[in-house]
Amino acid sequence: MPSLKDLRNRIASVKATQKITKAMQMVAAAKLRRAQMAAEAARPYAERMGAVLANLAGGSAPGSNAPALLAGNGKNDVHLLLICTAERGLCGAFNSSIVRLAREHATSLMAQGKTVKIICVGKKGYDQLRRQFEKQIIELVDLRSLKQVGFENADEIAKKVITMFEAGAFDVCTIFFSRFQSVIAQFPTAQSLIPAEIPTAAASTGPAASYEYEPGQDEILETLLPRNISIQVFRALLENAASEQGARMSAMDNATRNAGDMIKKQTQLYNRSRQAMITKELIEIISGAEAL
Amino acid sequence: MAAFHFELVSPEKLLFSGSVDSVVVPGSEGEFTVLAQHAPTMAVLRVGVVKVDAGDGKLSQLFVGGGFADISAKGLTILAEKAIPVEELTAARFDADILTSEKEAASAITDEARRLANEKVGQLRDVRATLGL
Repeated sequence: MPSLKDLRNRIASVKATQKITKAMQMVAAAKLRRAQMAAEAARPYAERMGAVLANLAGGSAPGSNAPALLAGNGKNDVHLLLICTAERGLCGAFNSSIVRLAREHATSLMAQGKTVKIICVGKKGYDQLRRQFEKQIIELVDLRSLKQVGFENADEIAKKVITMFEAGAFDVCTIFFSRFQSVIAQFPTAQSLIPAEIPTAAASTGPAASYEYEPGQDEILETLLPRNISIQVFRALLENAASEQGARMSAMDNATRNAGDMIKKQTQLYNRSRQAMITKELIEIISGAEAL
Repeated sequence: MAAFHFELVSPEKLLFSGSVDSVVVPGSEGEFTVLAQHAPTMAVLRVGVVKVDAGDGKLSQLFVGGGFADISAKGLTILAEKAIPVEELTAARFDADILTSEKEAASAITDEARRLANEKVGQLRDVRATLGL
């Protein structure tokens, strides 16, 4: 049976924790709004890019002369996994669920005898994967110092990936991130970067043959494809940022509620034992008086 | 004058969306003006200034750092790598951009990449001179 002082201390500490989780929840809510706005602002560009790309890709024959960034280089031996996670913890299962998806993917690829290379974006994913995939991880991209992910950061990552691809360091590139649905629903997603995933819905915009190209169709496609990769990475990072804040918000909401429950229970226990002590003292006094 | 729909989007946000009379686009092979009923065209842009005539006598200028223009029956869409209204441009900003491009040129591995970076430096200087910054 803990003493009254112990109970009082415990209640005070839980209350302090609750204050912290409450503050974190509110901060996450504010950040979520910003992240969501950024994700929404980036959407038009990504959509138009997809439409333009679908138009172009539909025009060029799906033969062997399609650019490697679009169709892949025909091989399927070395896989590059770009795993995007958060830089900070305390956001529920956000990081673990992305890592779990990526880990399953990586182990199944390795079981098929394929070579796997991993680039981690975000420290948390790296921490979790480091033990199992020590040899596969080739790089850690640290975005910790940034307040908000800019297009330049995504561009930098994309450039690295493209340089590696051109050097023949891998054949297929997949990006892992968490798609933001709502505050309570984020889905870890795997998307193929190289070869590019072309949205098919935009294919009905009309015949692509009537287009005039300046300079040429192939040159445009060649400049467009690297940019498309930057955009996809950028979009993934933004979605991830929004998901992270959403996940943190609900995790902290849960924590605050749990702390509230605990305070209630402990307070009840404290009051009960205080009452018991008073009763005990009274009995002692009364029985002492009777004995006289 | 017949109006058409024009959109300017950068990865970070949608900068311009609305009905306009004419837009001057800095294409990689020279500037061209887009009016209503323009033939469907896809063009690569160089670093330059997009001049928009909204038809109400207001001319707005936007600096773009390369990108694509897509002209279809639905109108003109510019996908810019970077887009800033000219009024917000400063000489310091240009200097920073020129410096990064120069660094890129210096650290380029392939000749092609170096040529592209050098081209960008030249284009940036040109635009800066035209704007008188």
